Amino acid sequence: MDTINSGDTAWLLVSSALVLMMTPALAFFYGGMVRKKNVLSTLNLSFIMMALISIQWLLYGYSLAFGTDHGGLIGGLDFLGLAGVGAEPNPDYAATVPHLAFAAFQMMFAIITPALITGAFVERVRFRTFLVFSLLWATLVYDPVCHWVWGNGGILRRLGALDFAGGTVVHILAGFSALAFAMVIGPRVGFGKYPFEPANIPYAVLGAGLLWMGWFGFNGGSALAANGLAVHALVTTNTAAAAAGLVWMFLSWRDNKPSVLGIVTGAVVGLVAVTPAAGFVTPLAALLIGGLAAPISYYAIKFIKGRKLLDESLDVFACHGLGGLWGALATGLFATLAVNSAGANGLFYGNPRQFLIQLVAAAASAAFAFCLTFVIAKVLNATMGLRVTEKEEAVGLDISEHAERAYA
Amino acid sequence: MTKKIEAIIREEKLNDVKDALREIGIVGMNVFEIRGHGRQGGITLTGRTGTYQVDLLPKVQLNIVLSDHNVEKTVETIRRAAMTGQEGDGIIFIYPVEDVIRIRTGERGREALMYEGDIDTRRPG
Repeated sequence: MDTINSGDTAWLLVSSALVLMMTPALAFFYGGMVRKKNVLSTLNLSFIMMALISIQWLLYGYSLAFGTDHGGLIGGLDFLGLAGVGAEPNPDYAATVPHLAFAAFQMMFAIITPALITGAFVERVRFRTFLVFSLLWATLVYDPVCHWVWGNGGILRRLGALDFAGGTVVHILAGFSALAFAMVIGPRVGFGKYPFEPANIPYAVLGAGLLWMGWFGFNGGSALAANGLAVHALVTTNTAAAAAGLVWMFLSWRDNKPSVLGIVTGAVVGLVAVTPAAGFVTPLAALLIGGLAAPISYYAIKFIKGRKLLDESLDVFACHGLGGLWGALATGLFATLAVNSAGANGLFYGNPRQFLIQLVAAAASAAFAFCLTFVIAKVLNATMGLRVTEKEEAVGLDISEHAERAYA
Repeated sequence: MTKKIEAIIREEKLNDVKDALREIGIVGMNVFEIRGHGRQGGITLTGRTGTYQVDLLPKVQLNIVLSDHNVEKTVETIRRAAMTGQEGDGIIFIYPVEDVIRIRTGERGREALMYEGDIDTRRPG
């Protein structure tokens, strides 16, 4: 029997709390960016995931992701209802903490990922369809890919793909799913014709600040131990956020003035990009990863929104899809065994194969998420309807979907 | 007769206008935060990336009800205090008022508008 390390367990418990906090933080980040009549609705789209996915994960989600492997594609049903997941460590995943602590930590990732997608369809989605979508998505997209990348025997894990804290599992999945969903649901009424002014940018600043803090648990906790690697991940995470925030500030300044919403968005994009790399790259590499993530997302938003190609409302694809993709590829460039002997060397350390592995893993996950989400959204659109009526959209979702007002 | 002055001014000029009106003895007013635009059109704001145009700008509207013979002096005072010379300084409308009733006392017409020390009870000059 492996022995439980109380320091590791304590850090994983704290990290679980930090990652849980990121979902309400995301709620405020998104809630501040929509129009006044949709603030509550948008906050709720994220918040409700803490309720919905907690139950899904307990009942069968954890088992599908981390149960006994079936063909590298999906976990078995051995952990249904978290049966057998208790105080004993599971050395396949984390040898020094209770298996239940690992399951709880992973639960917080399963919660925030579908919440990230909501930025694509705020201000027009029908709530009851959204609930069904989120449950289907968690089951058919998140749980399998989570198994591919992190599950024991998972196909991408066996391939040697590196994803320290969820650049692929969380951000690529959320970003490419957001793209597909936005294509199916269509633009908000008036998109491209009238400016949609953010109701409360201070909410977005608050949310981004708490996301930054929570990310120390997201990436630091992914060391699954209170050790040097956790500290390392915290520092690389902080560095990438800082670099991306600064670069975004200068990009925005060049276009007009240093936008506050831009600076905080930049920081989040930096955090996204460093997520797969945090425990595999040096702090200086993290600086480059964050610094280069900012222009990728910045110009992607300008291109998509500027040409009115798609109302992917809060830029989930540009920030998380492309930020995550860049991070996954950058991990294949900058990873070094000097940082983490359990990792691999990347292209810049003489191992071009790792870059190819990262490319294949990211592309497969992105394609799977995009296609499956597209199909789920199409089916739900035909059966339940993805959108509220035009009149309900005009009134706003706070009143039409919840009969509540954010501000009396 | 009584008139209502409806003055739409720049937000940042509200204190200047209020001070100037107090000087000449205008005691009562209502202030509204409104949005709108005239010839000025709109302004450019910075978004997440690049800029966007907003055509409804925040403005302040003052409503003042007063006697006919005080209108010109009051309008001049507002105009002088609210002016910057740039487009977007605002606009003033004047309407006739049919009657005025003070809720506490039931007084009507000019009586209902009079306060101690206001523009009507001051000695001219």
